[in-house]
Amino acid sequence: MDAIFVFEQLLNGLGYGLMLFLIAAGLTLVFGIMDTMNLAHGSLYMVGAYVAARVHEASGMFALAVLAAVCVTVAVAALLEVLVVRRLYRRDHLVQVLATFGIILIADDAVKAIWGVAPLMATTPAALAGPVQLVDGLPYPSYRLLLIGAGLLVALGLYLLVNRTRIGMLVRAGASNRQMAEFMGVRVGGVFAFVFALGAALAALAGALMAPISSVQIGMGEAILIPALVVIVIGGIGSIRGAFVAALLVGLVDTAGRAFLPPALRAVLPPSVAADLGPALAGIAMYVLMAAVLTLKPAGLFPARA
Amino acid sequence: MSHPVSDPPRLSVSAAGGRPRQPLAVRFPGFARRLPWLVLASLALFPLLAPALGLEYYVGFVRRLLIVAIAASSLNFILGYGGMAALGHAGFIGVGAYAVVALVEAGFSSAWLAWGAALAVAGVFAALIGAVSLRTRGVYFIMITLAFAQMLYYLAVSLRTYGGDDGYGLYTPLRLGAWLDGAHPDVFYWVVLAIAALVFAGFSRVAHSRYGHALRGIRDNETRMVALGYPVYRLKLAGFVAAGAVAGLAGGLLASHNAFVSPSMMHWTQSALLLVMVMLGGLGRRWGAPLGVALWLTLEEVLKMHTDYWHWPLGMLLLLVVFHAPQGLAALFERRGGQEGVR
Repeated sequence: MDAIFVFEQLLNGLGYGLMLFLIAAGLTLVFGIMDTMNLAHGSLYMVGAYVAARVHEASGMFALAVLAAVCVTVAVAALLEVLVVRRLYRRDHLVQVLATFGIILIADDAVKAIWGVAPLMATTPAALAGPVQLVDGLPYPSYRLLLIGAGLLVALGLYLLVNRTRIGMLVRAGASNRQMAEFMGVRVGGVFAFVFALGAALAALAGALMAPISSVQIGMGEAILIPALVVIVIGGIGSIRGAFVAALLVGLVDTAGRAFLPPALRAVLPPSVAADLGPALAGIAMYVLMAAVLTLKPAGLFPARA
Repeated sequence: MSHPVSDPPRLSVSAAGGRPRQPLAVRFPGFARRLPWLVLASLALFPLLAPALGLEYYVGFVRRLLIVAIAASSLNFILGYGGMAALGHAGFIGVGAYAVVALVEAGFSSAWLAWGAALAVAGVFAALIGAVSLRTRGVYFIMITLAFAQMLYYLAVSLRTYGGDDGYGLYTPLRLGAWLDGAHPDVFYWVVLAIAALVFAGFSRVAHSRYGHALRGIRDNETRMVALGYPVYRLKLAGFVAAGAVAGLAGGLLASHNAFVSPSMMHWTQSALLLVMVMLGGLGRRWGAPLGVALWLTLEEVLKMHTDYWHWPLGMLLLLVVFHAPQGLAALFERRGGQEGVR
């Protein structure tokens, strides 16, 4: 295990963490402002990935594919908000879980009907197919660099939007104390519709960007949902800053666990035990992190509500 | 001359029909009282009548339904009566199943020993997990129970002695005891039915005991129960351990039923499904869990026979229940106002 390998894994972790952040940002805002648990957020990510993969395949233009993914997903999310989610705001968390689980089931079948059961093979854009020589001895896939760049850019944009604009102020007001914001004349319903669409756009962007380096298949939304939920719980529900820090933490811990734990265990344990234990501990790492954070700070790293 | 009256706002169903529509339990009290026995009797007779009706295949299906109903009843107990929204219940099912596997691998073959071990080991795990998780509340409780179940899932994947990711086949059926084995091909069905009936009656009884009322008090107002001097944490933990142990028993039975155990039994979607089935039936209602399980699994079975697209009708059903029967299906049959189905 040399420095180059460690550096490469850290970059991978950073990329994964940033993508997790894109998904978790929408989830944490929806949860923070309207106290609504939306399990179907992962389905929006899936829709984004499918649309991007198909448009890219048909047109050959990656930028167009990403744009189409975001537009289609936002339209789907708007429909979802008007038909279902809007009526769930004031309901119990468990009822929200029940309804959005129903949406997951419907979304999975809809995707199956439109694009088939077989996983789609999404390709990286031709211009970014090759590696880049970052430092001597470390060729790094240029597409993964794009992922990191795009993730950082969106995070910065989101930071400016939330902290420097009027709508961002309303979002923060809603997140820290919804009732007070309503008393002060904020139309929280409108803010929420905006936030829901924004969250959908970010999830679609993540789906479109992740499509070439993961498999585009039914169930991908449920698979990414759990890490995203872990992120918002660690970060503190409703906090964008918390989601950012927690997403990077989870991304790094998860990637590092998978890359470094098995070889580290092989060094100290008999090989048969290490081979069994390594992957298990790597899978568990993220949850141990969450349990540890919740023990020390029961409301997450950056509680949005004072 | 007509009055310039606009359409009156739509009233609830009960008021619109002139005379309030009474739930079944009120209209037919005798029927409601005998219903548990009727259900039990028809379930007990089912394997004998099934061949004549051409339904032999469904004896196994009903057996699975009963096992899942055992697990769902235990979740209904802590969620519906105790207000503990655990999203890791499938983890205990898995612990029970792997306890059976461990005993079989060690050379034991008694079913009662294996199921007893499933109950006990799952109870121990529930005590450990509950002791930590019950210090959090709300969404954090949901997430931390989920986290523990995921840890158990990955633990099972790493147990290569027991098949790891591929699972473990139980090739020889467990022995039930001297006279039960081979008495009838469906003897396992009746054993499961008896256990399910005991579990169901047990939870119903406890739910209406002093302890059950304390648990509901905690669900409705924990602060007040603390102020009244109840050992809230201990009471919740006791319920959590009981529910975990019974879920483990269901896992042990499921291992025998499938003759196969794999980590996918404790995947988080299984926990979510269990939760969905309980809520579909009706949280904190005596008939909620079995009703939800029966409806969900039957619909799944029927839909799967006719179409590959069997998920979305179930999804629509969930939305329908959320918006039109928020108390769950059992509420439609029970005495109005009897929130917990108390008779």
